[in-house]
Amino acid sequence: MRIGVVTFPGSLDDVDAQRAVRIGGNEAVALWHGDADLKGVDAVILPGGFSYGDYLRCGAISRFAPVMDKVVEAANAGMPVLGICNGFQILCESHLLPGALIRNDHRKFVCRDQLLRIENNRTAWTSAYEQGQEIRIVLKNGEGGFVADAETLARIEGEGQVVARYLEVNPNGSLDDIAGVTNARGNVVGLMPHPEHAVEELTGSGLDGLGFFTSLVEGAFA
Amino acid sequence: MPKPEILDPQGKAVQGALPRLGFTGVTDVRQGKRFEIELEGAVTDAVLAEVEKMAETLLSNPVIENYTVSVEQ
Repeated sequence: MRIGVVTFPGSLDDVDAQRAVRIGGNEAVALWHGDADLKGVDAVILPGGFSYGDYLRCGAISRFAPVMDKVVEAANAGMPVLGICNGFQILCESHLLPGALIRNDHRKFVCRDQLLRIENNRTAWTSAYEQGQEIRIVLKNGEGGFVADAETLARIEGEGQVVARYLEVNPNGSLDDIAGVTNARGNVVGLMPHPEHAVEELTGSGLDGLGFFTSLVEGAFA
Repeated sequence: MPKPEILDPQGKAVQGALPRLGFTGVTDVRQGKRFEIELEGAVTDAVLAEVEKMAETLLSNPVIENYTVSVEQ
């Protein structure tokens, strides 16, 4: 499959995400924030970083980049979209995902190998994992606290829209230890930790992140 | 402003710093943002409605923030 990776001004992990896409057996297509063109890709990844310098709010300005009009349109039509870290923030600001991400409750940047549990393996991006599988991947964020009002939180918990949950420690004050969520349809996923940094033995904490980049293929041929 | 039910880590940091400077009796601090927007011509209801729209779509995130709009001539 052809998976587009969007580069915004201030994106950091776009090249890593492209590499992870290729290691996962897919073709990586570079997309540019200023172009209202998805180049015919089958899926889109919004990578981590500090797009537009995190000015105003993380993801608030990126949401209105020309490419995002196309991403929102495609996501609403069912195209798989994965937002990692800053990409997760952009998807929340775009209202493609419920909730929002605020500054870590302890107010410090956190960088650690984080244990997670996959809570929903029925999404476009997590089907390669077992339900309840525990994985360890890198977490690095300053504003990763997932929040939502009580009604929204009850709804996403009840509907199984929590995709991944932090284990051992809650690193940023996220409600219900939520590390990632999906939309009602299951095609849009946001994740605060970074699976693209855990796809090769040489670097990172192992291969636990690879499933996010192989799930689309497995889903297509399942 | 962050909604009352949303944790405000920046406000908490400021609240923690105030007693260290000798300011006592502060029971809570919430930190928000203020935008000063200059407009052409008179501020009619239609113009004000446009500013409300700016506040709702870009300047604030209604999921976690409340906003108010006021006019200064």
